[in-house]
Amino acid sequence: MTDGSRTDDQPARQGRNWLTAGWLAMGRGLTMFFLGLAAVLLAWFAIVGTSLTLLGFGLFLVPGLVTALRWSANTQRRLTGNTGVRIAEPYGPAPRAEGGWKGAWRKCVAVFTDSATWRDMLWAQCAVTVTGLLAILPFASLVHGLFGMLLPFIWEPVVQSWDGTWYLFVPVRGQESAWIAGGLGLLEIPVGLLVAPYVLRLHARITRSLLAPTAKARMGRRVEHLARTRTDVVDSSAAEIRRIERDLHDGAQARLLAMGMKLSAAESLLDENPEAVRTLLAETRDASMRALEELRDLVRGIHPPVLADRGLVDAVRSLALESRLQVQVTAGVPDRPEPAVESAAYFAVCELLANATKHSGARRVLIDIQYRANALAVSVTDDGHGGAGPESGSGLQGVQRRLAAFDGTLGISSPVGGPTTVSLQIPCALTVTP
Amino acid sequence: MRVVLGEDLFLLREGMERLLEAHGCTIVASVDNAPELLRALVDERPDVAIVDVRLPPTFTDEGIQVALEARRRVPGLPVLVLSQYVEQLYARELLADGAGSVGYLLKDRVLNSGQFIEAVRRVADGGTAMDPKVIEKLLHNRARQEPLDSLTQRELEVLGLMAEGRSNAGIAESLFVTDKAIGKHINSIFSKLQLLPSRDDNRRVQAVLTYLNVATA
Repeated sequence: MTDGSRTDDQPARQGRNWLTAGWLAMGRGLTMFFLGLAAVLLAWFAIVGTSLTLLGFGLFLVPGLVTALRWSANTQRRLTGNTGVRIAEPYGPAPRAEGGWKGAWRKCVAVFTDSATWRDMLWAQCAVTVTGLLAILPFASLVHGLFGMLLPFIWEPVVQSWDGTWYLFVPVRGQESAWIAGGLGLLEIPVGLLVAPYVLRLHARITRSLLAPTAKARMGRRVEHLARTRTDVVDSSAAEIRRIERDLHDGAQARLLAMGMKLSAAESLLDENPEAVRTLLAETRDASMRALEELRDLVRGIHPPVLADRGLVDAVRSLALESRLQVQVTAGVPDRPEPAVESAAYFAVCELLANATKHSGARRVLIDIQYRANALAVSVTDDGHGGAGPESGSGLQGVQRRLAAFDGTLGISSPVGGPTTVSLQIPCALTVTP
Repeated sequence: MRVVLGEDLFLLREGMERLLEAHGCTIVASVDNAPELLRALVDERPDVAIVDVRLPPTFTDEGIQVALEARRRVPGLPVLVLSQYVEQLYARELLADGAGSVGYLLKDRVLNSGQFIEAVRRVADGGTAMDPKVIEKLLHNRARQEPLDSLTQRELEVLGLMAEGRSNAGIAESLFVTDKAIGKHINSIFSKLQLLPSRDDNRRVQAVLTYLNVATA
């Protein structure tokens, strides 16, 4: 959820020689210049579209135009990412899809109240002038260098039509000075290639200051995310409590009541019909066992005993033992995470294993639990036929929601034909046991 | 029979003491926490120990830990573990040393005093007594157990009842067949699982271990 714009710049030319890097940077710079050109056009279209909202039908135009502008800004972000400077997307969530005037109005409001839109526009203005000129500089040095190299051969017509021609700091007056210009041009090309990656990095940094989410926007999104996940957590725990209440009421409580009634019936029959009393007592004993069983299942659904006793890894091992599939568990967790995280991870694994059992047609499942980079990373891989996705069942969405409460994420890789790997990450600190 | 009892709930402890004494057992120690239980097991070396899984101080799996530790110190010490839940993981840990003389039952089984006492005797005599819940889950998961593929449905049933800790007579009774038929099934199980003739009790334990898919040392 957090953005990547704070990640430090990586060396742009890792593992490549300067020549390849120079050519690449030159090409990218040129691409970015044209992208900037497209962006500024789109930005002006968007502004015209905005002015047309006064006439009404602009309302329908603006979202599309802004989407196009955002696409160009996002392309810029991606291209900038190639140089090692990552820029996160700053846009707020899209409003609920809705048709008609109301929907269009909502979309417009969402677009205009998002500060990222205005920052995109500002970027689009700079993309050709300030940053665009910077981006094209390496390519310009190539062209200029080539021109310089040509000068010894074409200086006559050039000087004639263009009186007082200078090449860099050399006034071109005759063949001799044209040769000097040619030498300078020859020199300019490698210099341009050499500096191109650095110019592009500078460009990337300026672009980042324009396109990255502001601290305020980041905070706003964070607050929004926290509010949403908190609501989810509160809702799901309330639903859980209702379920437990219902289970107790319809199950154990009813059985205990029935047992009491049977016992009082037995009491009144004690003298006249001992045989009937025996049957009643046997029935009561059976009922007590069933009540115990129900309570047991209920407790297991709330918090499995092995999880409480031994922690996540053994609880998953135990789950593996009870599965119908061949489940192999590998783990590298030096200590126990906090109980809430353990519980979330455990129930997520439960759900994933149940999915694999029910839908995947798998025979073998591999569960890997690791603690690395301050996060609990769990992956569940099956050898089934694949094709699983968050839209294919509410189960995965439920897992996603539950993990979101811990800033956890869920990744699914499930090509048709398998294998399916679902991996989850939950940031957490390990509690150090004494 | 000399029994050590480890159970932290007073009502249950008292009830079990009464039940065991009524069936001719002597309670040599009755404790309510893990450290004392371990001391009592090592000092008293009872004929059988009956141990609750959750005990003070941490109320997690002390019972299992104490049972494992006591059996490390006194190999083959008969231990019957009682729990509010049966976990395959714990069942396997108890069985893993391959020495037999272990049981793992749901606390509910105490309600059927006849069967409970039979299980206690079985464990004291070197056999195993696994809860039907453990057995039931294994039957569901049977698809993945290769060594058992050669057994017939009936033989599996018999093996399941053996794992619960029933005697030949007990198995015969619950399957409504004669003792002799059961003997035949059991011999066939032993030969299919390639368990060489030795003391019958030991082979029974080995068969059960195979059934529970526990690697023996």
